[in-house]
Amino acid sequence: MSSTMRAAVAAVVLACTAPIVLAQGSTEKGIEQYRQALKEGNPAELWEARGEDLWKRKRGPKNVSLEQCDLGQGPGVVRGAYAHLPRYFADTDKVQDAESRLVTCMVTLQGFKEEDAKKNPFSAPGRHSDMEALTSYVAAESKGMKLNAPLAHPKEREAFELGDYLFHRRAGPHDYSCSTCHAESGKRIRLQELPALTDPGEAQKVFTTWPAYRVSQGSVRTMQHRLYDCYWQMRHPQLDFASDTATALMVYMAKFANGGEVHAPALKR
Amino acid sequence: MDARRRDVLKGGGGATLLAVLTAAGWLKPGEALAQAWNKAAFEARTIDEAVKALGGGAQAQSKDIVFVSTPDIAENGAVVPIGVSSSIPKTESIAILVEKNPSPLAAVFSIPAGTGPTVTTRVKMGQSSNVYAVVKADGKVFVASKEIKVTLGGCGG
Amino acid sequence: MADPMKIRATVAGDATEVKVLMSHEMETGQRKDAQGKTIPAWFIQSVTAAWNGKTVLSAQWGPAISKNPFLSFKFEGGAKGDKVKVTWIDNKGETRTDEATIG
Repeated sequence: MSSTMRAAVAAVVLACTAPIVLAQGSTEKGIEQYRQALKEGNPAELWEARGEDLWKRKRGPKNVSLEQCDLGQGPGVVRGAYAHLPRYFADTDKVQDAESRLVTCMVTLQGFKEEDAKKNPFSAPGRHSDMEALTSYVAAESKGMKLNAPLAHPKEREAFELGDYLFHRRAGPHDYSCSTCHAESGKRIRLQELPALTDPGEAQKVFTTWPAYRVSQGSVRTMQHRLYDCYWQMRHPQLDFASDTATALMVYMAKFANGGEVHAPALKR
Repeated sequence: MDARRRDVLKGGGGATLLAVLTAAGWLKPGEALAQAWNKAAFEARTIDEAVKALGGGAQAQSKDIVFVSTPDIAENGAVVPIGVSSSIPKTESIAILVEKNPSPLAAVFSIPAGTGPTVTTRVKMGQSSNVYAVVKADGKVFVASKEIKVTLGGCGG
Repeated sequence: MADPMKIRATVAGDATEVKVLMSHEMETGQRKDAQGKTIPAWFIQSVTAAWNGKTVLSAQWGPAISKNPFLSFKFEGGAKGDKVKVTWIDNKGETRTDEATIG
C-alpha cells in the first residue's frame, strides 16, 4: 500500500473515531450507570420465552418439535450447547454456528425447505423472526458458562484460517476490513467503543454478549445480524445468512473470545 | 381509603375518578380502564398543562422525591430507565414527565395503600431534557426534577 | 394475539417485588415509514396489577413509554405461592392478561 493510500485510510479511521463532546471520564461513568440501570428486565427475555415455545412446538411439514435437534452436545441437549459453538458437525460435514445449525434441524427434523428455514433470519418492525427467538433461547441456556469453541478438527482449523483471511481483507469502496475498526484497542464511533476482537480480553467481553437486545432497534439481534450489518457498513457485498463466510468469521473471533463467560442475550444501546 | 374517597368527590373529573376508583379497588382490574385514559393530560404540550389535566395545581418542590436507578446520561433515548421513589406520607400517585418530549406526560401510576411509593419503568426521550416526577400525596402536589442527557451512539454495539 | 408478558414476583420480608416485561410496539404516532406515511400511534394505555383480586398498582401510559415496556414495583402482604395478575389494554382495545406465582 502506498503512503498516500495509507494516509487516506487513516483519515477514514479517524472520522470513525471522532472526539466526543463531553469530558470522557464523566460520560463513561454516566453510560456505565445507564447500562447498570438496564441490567434488570432485559426485553430479550421475551424472545427467550418465545424461542423456548418454538423449540418445543410441533412445526413444519413433518409436524415435529426441535427437541431432538443436535446442537453439538447430543440430540435434545440445549444446556451448554451455545458455549461450544461454532463447531464441526459430522452429519453435515461442516463447521456450524447456532443459527446455521438451527437451519439444519429445521430442515432435517421438521422438513422445512432450506430456503424457507433461512427466509426470515432478522426481524423487522411488525415482523417477528423465529430464528432470533430460537437463537435467544439456545444462547440463554449457556448463560454463565465459559465459551469453549473447539478449534481442533481440521475443518475447524480451516474455518479459522478462512476467517483470519476475511477479517483482515480490505475491500469495497471504503477499502475497509473488519480489522480497520476491530483490531486495535481504544477506537470508537461517537460514544460507541469498538472492541478489538483480536484481543482476548476485549473479545471475551463482547463476542459472548450476542445475541443481544438492541434498544436502538427495539429487537434482539444475533451474531449473524451483527456480521451482516458490519458488512453492509463496510459496503461489502451482502453477507449471506448462515453462510460459510459468516461461520468462518465467527470461528476466527471465537478463538480470541474463548474463556469468556456467556452473557447472552445481553442488552445493548 | 377514606381520604381518597373524599378526593374523588371533590375532584370529580371523569377520567381521574375512574382511575382512583380502580386504584381504590372499587372496580375490578381491567374493567373500564380504556375509558379511564386521561387524554387531556397525555396530549398536553407542557408540564403545567399536563399536571392541571391530572387534577393537580401548583407544585411544591420536594426533597422527599428521589430518582432511583436513573442515569445522568442515556446511551440511547429510545430506552431511558426512570425510577421514582417518594417518601411523602400518603403518596397516592406518581407521574413521570419529560419536558422536551412533544407531549411531556409519559406515565401516571396510582399507588394504593399497601403498595410502596416507588416505581421503575423506561421512557423515550427525543433529546436531552429535564425529567419531572410529580407526586400527589394527601391531595397536594409535589415535584422533583433531574436532567438527563441523551447521546448518539455509533454503528455497532 | 399479543405475546405473553414475562412476570416475576418474589417475596422478601414483608414486600413482594413485581417485575414485568411486556411485548408491545409502543408506536408513538410521530414516526414515518419508508414511504413517508405516518405510522399510527399504537401503545399500551393502562396497566393493572392485582394480587389475590386486590389491585396493587394501576397505571396510565402514553406513547413515551419505551417499546417492550418494563415495570417494577413492590407491595406488602404477598406470600409464596400467591398469584399476581397483570393486565394491559392498548389504544386499539387489544388486551392481554398474564399471571405469575410469587416465588
